[in-house]
Amino acid sequence: MKHLLSIDDLDVESLTDLLDLSEHFVAVNQRDIPKVPALRGKVVASLFYEDSTRTRLSFETAAKRLSCDVMTFSVSQSSVKKGESLLDTVQTIEAMGIDAIVIRHPAAGAPHRVAEWTDASVINAGDGRHAHPTQALLDALTLRRHRELNGLRVAIVGDVRHSRVARSNVKALDLLGADVTLVAPPTLLPESLEGWPVQVSHDFDDVISEVDVVMLLRMQFERQGEALFPTVREYTARYGLTEARAERLKPDALIMHPGPMNRGVEVAASVADGPASLVTEQVANGVAVRMAVLFSLLGSGATIA
Amino acid sequence: MSVLDAGDLRRAQTRIAHEIVERNRGAADVVLVGLYTRGLAIARRLTAAIAEFEDLDVPVGALDVSFYRDDIGLRAVTPTGPTEVPVDITGRVVVLVDDVLYTGRTVRAAMDALTELGRPRAIQLAVLVDRGHRELPIRPDFVGKNLPTRIGEDVRVRLHEVDGGLDSVELRAETIDGGEEGMVPA
Repeated sequence: MKHLLSIDDLDVESLTDLLDLSEHFVAVNQRDIPKVPALRGKVVASLFYEDSTRTRLSFETAAKRLSCDVMTFSVSQSSVKKGESLLDTVQTIEAMGIDAIVIRHPAAGAPHRVAEWTDASVINAGDGRHAHPTQALLDALTLRRHRELNGLRVAIVGDVRHSRVARSNVKALDLLGADVTLVAPPTLLPESLEGWPVQVSHDFDDVISEVDVVMLLRMQFERQGEALFPTVREYTARYGLTEARAERLKPDALIMHPGPMNRGVEVAASVADGPASLVTEQVANGVAVRMAVLFSLLGSGATIA
Repeated sequence: MSVLDAGDLRRAQTRIAHEIVERNRGAADVVLVGLYTRGLAIARRLTAAIAEFEDLDVPVGALDVSFYRDDIGLRAVTPTGPTEVPVDITGRVVVLVDDVLYTGRTVRAAMDALTELGRPRAIQLAVLVDRGHRELPIRPDFVGKNLPTRIGEDVRVRLHEVDGGLDSVELRAETIDGGEEGMVPA
């Protein structure tokens, strides 16, 4: 495997291999010295054209724990402000000698274009509404550490329409045998769900007592150009994981959120911080999963053969 | 060609167990750390042997050296199991245990992996078979059998708890395009 652009690049076997490899990095991250020399001398450039704290930090931490050198490209302080094109930027950093590009971009498909332009491995850290494969991997890893995924009932709740996290998670969870239900008002679902291996519900209260996992999505106010629901308060009343609604969950149900959370909107603060919440584990596992992805892409030997 | 049978292996392990205790004047400070997969099995056998004649439980750890190898990127490197050392190795004598010593590169990786867990007072090396052809300045402290080999040959250690069947060490001729392996002519 040369790039990781989408969960479509993986099959059950390679996905499972990546999760198994991630477990080894979970163990590395628990050591006193959470660092290995595995990718010494490799250079990873992180190219974030969209705001991000956890994903960028997570990738950079992952790269450093593998002893890579990290080149951080901050769009707001770069020549992009002077009108430099994506192609020029990629050619420039490639000329400095890099082995991988981690890219986040508001345009769906941008990482695929970059992969055509460069000899480096490209990792999609989120492109528009399209894909966020490492988020799906870390969610799968987090869930797998608690539950058998085959047959697991997962509700993905909220702004599916604008969510690359939902798109990637649906694919990964389906590959691993989970049953996914999307829960959202019609205005927050994609126009077509053809080919999506999911069930759909517009009523959170209908499904809440039946699911094993609730995966909440962030309300993506920045991507919503129009009014898609009457008020935030009404959205929360119908689709938020409020304290009252959380009471109706199965006793061992798990709660996930990719972050950053709009506390009080899609999830009540007390629920997000409660014992059923896997949110901090998701963040910790994110580093391990990204180490596994970098190690697979840069340490496999495929690039030399 | 079988070079060691189950009886030879048992005697070699017993001798190594005695040598470890003798060399370290008892084994109170010793930790045995086996390299996946067969080194770990041998380390467990050594600790069982020491328990019999010394009335002492020497701790056994497991070490995966994948992320410390120097051939990452040259071939697919996949970790085998979790690194688990049950005691703090700082100040102790760590005996690294592996089945076959060849180029020494695995042992080099193991020493790097080990020193990230602590600062042992000393690191010693026990191997069942030393087949020669070292590429690094590494020598074993305890050896089951010195086995002169050609570079293309393959030394196969079979242990019943890992491979099933009887313990044995075999020397096989170079394999050609993954075909059936021929035996070395006697």
